Amino acid sequence: MEAIFTKQLSKQYGQIWAVKDLNLEVRHGEIFGFLGPNGAGKTTTIRMLTTLTKPTYGRAWVEGYDVIKEPDKVRATIGVMQQHLSLDRDLTVRENMILRARLHRFSRLEAEKRINELLEYTGLSEHADRPIDTLSGGLQRRAMIACSLIHRPKLLFLDEPTVGLDAHTRRRMWDLIRRLNADGVTIFLTTHYIEEAESLCHRVGIIHQGRLIAVGEPLELRRKVGMYTVVTVKNNGNSHFMYFPDRESATKYVEGLPSDVKTIIVRESSLEDIFVELTGRSVEDS
Amino acid sequence: MIEFIRDTYTVLWADLRVLRHRITRTLATSLMTPILYLLAFGYGLGRGITFNGYSYLDFVVPGIIALTAMTNSFAGAGSKLHVDRLFYRCFDEILMAPISTSAIVLGKALVGVIRGLISSLAMFVAGAIASPKLLFSPLLPMFIFALFLSCLTFAFLGELIGLTAKSHEDMNTFSNLILLPMTFLSGTFFSLDGVPEILRIALYFLPLTHSSMCLRAAALNQPFPWFSLAALGIYCLTFFVACTLSIRRHGS
Repeated sequence: MEAIFTKQLSKQYGQIWAVKDLNLEVRHGEIFGFLGPNGAGKTTTIRMLTTLTKPTYGRAWVEGYDVIKEPDKVRATIGVMQQHLSLDRDLTVRENMILRARLHRFSRLEAEKRINELLEYTGLSEHADRPIDTLSGGLQRRAMIACSLIHRPKLLFLDEPTVGLDAHTRRRMWDLIRRLNADGVTIFLTTHYIEEAESLCHRVGIIHQGRLIAVGEPLELRRKVGMYTVVTVKNNGNSHFMYFPDRESATKYVEGLPSDVKTIIVRESSLEDIFVELTGRSVEDS
Repeated sequence: MIEFIRDTYTVLWADLRVLRHRITRTLATSLMTPILYLLAFGYGLGRGITFNGYSYLDFVVPGIIALTAMTNSFAGAGSKLHVDRLFYRCFDEILMAPISTSAIVLGKALVGVIRGLISSLAMFVAGAIASPKLLFSPLLPMFIFALFLSCLTFAFLGELIGLTAKSHEDMNTFSNLILLPMTFLSGTFFSLDGVPEILRIALYFLPLTHSSMCLRAAALNQPFPWFSLAALGIYCLTFFVACTLSIRRHGS
């Protein structure tokens, strides 16, 4: 049984398919990155998997539970950190956590113990009694993660967990995500920061215009498109990217380039190259 | 059943914490309009007017309490929910909790009921000073029951609008097009007996009309309008069901 399994999962808003025929498997214990440009269908997918939005058609199982037929069981098993700040801004960190604990029917003692545990785990102990509105963006994100972990979920959905954070705070957030995963939590995260996916994810799926266009380990995807990239910039300023399976074929290509090429860069392909190549190709196809 | 009560209280608990932080401001703003009505209509325009042996002040105080219950319960349940759902989107967190829809609907309405009751009781005290008859009515228990039912009904209505409004303008439009006319036309400031029959029939479709009638009858020790109490109950149930359906349809 996979942590997430979807079969032709689709969502239509008016005439537009936000997600179309999504077939996806996420394994237990992995950090799965769901990449895509803005409006690609990432958040709609998360909303369907977390029972907040009903699919137009298709099915999905989360931790073995059907998201349509068994939404309560799904909700009891998962934690969700939404893209936007979804905590009650008028309440303190601790009050928000008490609310989540009560919603999951913790006793007062259980809740107190778990909340203190999580405050320490997320480094929020000294901010526990501050209203959410007074916290920095990074602390607010940590508070959101702390709240989503109250009921010890097996699977955590993180929708753009580091959007809007500075580089230093983002890296601290990555450490926290890695620590959670090492402690046994499967993580499904959406991001449009390629570096984030490259740094964190065991496997990634790329969604574009509602359709899953590639899925696999970052290395596997790089192999598929080309391990080496040659970037050429002509005198008129136009850049051009070419992908090659190995350094030798890239070098051979460079040797045959015309003289009007101003700059030539040969480097290992990054996930960003793969992403641009795949989504670009898809745009051209459509 | 115990779980239902516990879940309902959990939903209410968060809103009560927020209300506790803002109680002075809430009370001050929610009482301003009814006190102005009391001064303008009760002491200003209505001085010297009598209705079936009652002074206009005795007549108008229960109506003003009814409209205080309406506006505060409506806003108490609707405004924060609307902001939480549409702007802060923290209502999604409640929707994702493994609790029943009915517990969410009732929990979110009860904060409106509490806000409505606090403001109405404060207005009741002000009204009792102006018109002490209120305190000595033998139908005081019915007054309190009708007040609670009014608060619950308008809290469910506020919740329904908070759940369905697509923008802040929608909330304002509803307040201006429905609540404001209801404030003035539902027998709060005048008796419906003198109103043309067609208009009177139309006004009987407004829940505040029944709320005013129940509260006035109980306050002035008149024959109690059981029909109006039943009508309020039907409105209450209808708004509750509509809220439940609205939440269930939320994801589709």
